[in-house]
Amino acid sequence: MIEQFPIFVLMFPLFGAILVTLLGFWKQRLAFPITLIALGGSLFASVETLRATVEAGDIVYYLGGWPRPFGIEFHIDQLNAIVLLVISTSAFLAGVYSKRTAELETPEKTIPFYILYLLMVTALLGITLTGDAFNLYVLVEVSSLTGYALIAMGSRRAAFAAFRYVIMGTIGASFYLLGVGYLYIKTGSLNMIDIREVIHGADLVQSPSIQVAFIFIMIGLWIKMAFFPLHAWLPNAYSFAPIGSACLIAPLVTKVTVYIMIRIMITVFGADYVFGSLPWSEIVSWLAVIAIIAGSIMALAQTDLRRMLGFLIVAEVGYMVGGAWLANQTGLIGSIFHIVSDAFMTLCLFLFAGIVFLHAGVRRIRDMQGLFHTMPVTMFGFTVGALAMIGVPPTCGFFSKWYLINGGIEAGHWGFVIALLVSSLINAILFFRIIEIAYFEPIDAPDHDGHRKTHGHSGTKISEAPMSMLLPLCVAALSLVLIGLFNHEIVVLIKDFLVSAGMPGPPS
Amino acid sequence: MFLPECPGHPVEMDSIQSTIPLLACFVSLAAVVPIVLSSRHPNLREAWTFLAGLVKLSLVMTLVPDVLAGKVIEYTLWEILPGVPIQFRVDGLGLMFALVASFLWILTSLYSIGYMRGLNEHAQTRFFAFFAVALCATLGVAFSANLLTLYLFYEVLSLSTYPLVTHHQDKEARIGGRTYLIYLMGTSILFALPALIYAYIKSGGVMDFSTGGFLADRVGPTEATILLILLVYGFAKGGLMPFHSWLPSAMVAPTPVSALLHAVAVVKVGVFCILRVFTGVFGISFLSGIQLIDIVIWLAALTILIGSLIAWSQDNLKRRLAFSTISQLSYIILGAALLNDRALTGGILHIGTHAFGKITLFFCAGAILVATGKKNVSELDGIGHRMPFTMFAFLMGSLSIIGLPPFGGLWSKWFLILGALDSGRFVIVLVLMASSLLNIAYLLPIVVRAFFKTDSSEETDSGLHEAPLACVIPLMVTAMGSMALFFFPNLLLDLASLLATK
Repeated sequence: MIEQFPIFVLMFPLFGAILVTLLGFWKQRLAFPITLIALGGSLFASVETLRATVEAGDIVYYLGGWPRPFGIEFHIDQLNAIVLLVISTSAFLAGVYSKRTAELETPEKTIPFYILYLLMVTALLGITLTGDAFNLYVLVEVSSLTGYALIAMGSRRAAFAAFRYVIMGTIGASFYLLGVGYLYIKTGSLNMIDIREVIHGADLVQSPSIQVAFIFIMIGLWIKMAFFPLHAWLPNAYSFAPIGSACLIAPLVTKVTVYIMIRIMITVFGADYVFGSLPWSEIVSWLAVIAIIAGSIMALAQTDLRRMLGFLIVAEVGYMVGGAWLANQTGLIGSIFHIVSDAFMTLCLFLFAGIVFLHAGVRRIRDMQGLFHTMPVTMFGFTVGALAMIGVPPTCGFFSKWYLINGGIEAGHWGFVIALLVSSLINAILFFRIIEIAYFEPIDAPDHDGHRKTHGHSGTKISEAPMSMLLPLCVAALSLVLIGLFNHEIVVLIKDFLVSAGMPGPPS
Repeated sequence: MFLPECPGHPVEMDSIQSTIPLLACFVSLAAVVPIVLSSRHPNLREAWTFLAGLVKLSLVMTLVPDVLAGKVIEYTLWEILPGVPIQFRVDGLGLMFALVASFLWILTSLYSIGYMRGLNEHAQTRFFAFFAVALCATLGVAFSANLLTLYLFYEVLSLSTYPLVTHHQDKEARIGGRTYLIYLMGTSILFALPALIYAYIKSGGVMDFSTGGFLADRVGPTEATILLILLVYGFAKGGLMPFHSWLPSAMVAPTPVSALLHAVAVVKVGVFCILRVFTGVFGISFLSGIQLIDIVIWLAALTILIGSLIAWSQDNLKRRLAFSTISQLSYIILGAALLNDRALTGGILHIGTHAFGKITLFFCAGAILVATGKKNVSELDGIGHRMPFTMFAFLMGSLSIIGLPPFGGLWSKWFLILGALDSGRFVIVLVLMASSLLNIAYLLPIVVRAFFKTDSSEETDSGLHEAPLACVIPLMVTAMGSMALFFFPNLLLDLASLLATK
């Protein structure tokens, strides 16, 4: 039974999607409960998978019983067990939340929405589970295609944003596919572990084809994860998407792509190949510095809340890519831990953006006046998310920043360290600007002499969003603090993974 | 693997495992729930604050005998970074600070009731709730066993005091609050955080204060100086110039906040952190070998003088007191930077004596505001006849700040001057003397004005018109307290010298 859990993770949302297709058109209101059960089942299975990985080590699951290198292999170590849990938790919370958003935003497309939603979750989980480079490509395409559709469901401008995403996403996928093709020609294998064994065994390390394959794969993934300067599609796609879709896509897609990058770097090519033989890491980590600074500054220029969050994701991708390319264990710990914390931070903030948009009709930052009075719980959730983005202890954002800066100092990469600090400061400005607007009276209020008068907002009533939206936000906010307080548990797992993958810690 | 080389690490010190530090820290955080729940019943709500305050103070007091006996009380939660747990440890320095803060919290709560109700302030539930959170963070800092735990509570304190500083939610509060956060968050992110991480790497994953300097001999002199400067300015709550402007800005807060937080808790957390940096991060003996540390002495001396001079020029009473605080805080930084036992004792002692003196002055300023609505020194002519108790307490507080007998402020200055003499820096002695004169110049005229000038503009009937009793009683108690510290300095002195003689 236990050994079947990895496939359960995938089967729940897949069969959920099929069930919604079959039953949903018969009775539309069945769609949401089925989705929730599917996501809940998947969440349970991924908790069990993580538990099994922690207790018994890596799980190897051969689909259909075909062994490596012939069949498709699920290889679950600490890294993908963690990412699985992040995906299924985040998808579950966004799923609960989508009850309301589906009713409000896409009332006539509820069934397609849930089908696409579940298929996308399936694809993301599959990407994380699979140990096969070509299978990964297929699943990336499934997730992208469902993503295009989910984004295009939004308002009028969403269609064009989705179109740009399609173009860029397809180019990215082509690069990846080309890279995998080169690998297949040279090594004759598509299984990740097998490829690495062939590369290192048959002395292909110096082969230019392998290098080209690596570069193509990386470029493909960077387009998919919106790594600066390949980011232009992201802010529009995420801000014009329907809220329900954005809450699934924004926290997960870029993070899962970062996971793929780390997986390819560590498992397929090997850390010594990536960092040892070629002088790429310096270039990439400086690109990350530019991504962080540029993303933060562009976020500063936005007036629309969700566009601002979109540019912040661009900056955060810079964090993760930069951390991974610092070529030391601490930086990779920071990068992988930031996958976890950034997924939940982004989830928290997009859930918030959805609530204020759908419930208070606010899209622009300056329209958020008085929200602390009318929606105190929502604003509390937002404040926690904001503090995590700034990196205030004890939220998880602080600890990912800690490891990233630590890695930067160890690598002697002061540009990266300064970029992280500056980005923290810019985040502080961005989020306290919002908090100020929501907390204080309007600047041009007619009179504020003296404080003896009772204040203007005392008359306004509290009007919170319904529980199905508020609860996911609160859980996401709480998880930011809990992940921060118990970050060491996660870091120990990441460290185990990195050590067994050939990334030793700093000499002490 | 690296611990045995750590200088002075195996200090033979009895440590007791106990949850009391944890409880003392979090009791006020726990009180937030009943405070918020009873928001419709103000008396019940304030009762929770008092209950939490009394429990906190008595928990802190139970720790005194053990600490005086030379033991430390520890409690470890869980590991949060490799090698660095969230850990509490009570030693003399921390306990003294905790005692002062939790004692004055009770008085401030009483005062807050008088002040907030007297002015019919809005959002009082929020006020009392965040006040309780701030006190949790203060004790957390006081009891932190390592630099990371300290930083954690330091940040919680910055954030939890923001709603207090901006309580009025008007334009002025918005600007003040913005300055407050920019300075405190900005310095803690830009200066303290990288220094923390660098220190963590250099020490090989140790951040514990008990080793008598976990960075001692692990960094070179230049590195040490840069790290020290980064940490001193990173903990900008200490108000060392030029990163002091947040404190005058924070004076937009209601007076109880200015009194407890910006004369006692927040600013003392700043200098407390700096004391920990000197004693726990680098260690006094290690720093003694580095010439460049003198920079901090001169920065502190400059802050003392410039702060006093600016205070002299201020007409707004609270701003005058704020600049006075900036100048007085540097006494404590000076006490640490002089790197000898007597100066350190004086600096630590000043945490307590200045707290009592300055909180009295702020209480008086608030009482004047409640009773008459006046905020400026120039308006205070003849006010002593209408508010004799308040203004007499103001005189007592002033004398303590100046450092005259029979007030506690004498002792801390005494030890600081002795310490300056020990280190052979006569200029510093002169600076301290000059500062005392300046203190006289900006504090005593207020009292003179209040008692000896007559108010020509307003009605001349000199009927008694004091602030509510809830305001007057606390300020009398703290004024008496600063006098009591002259006659009975032993408890604070013993606790202060525990660290110095270690």
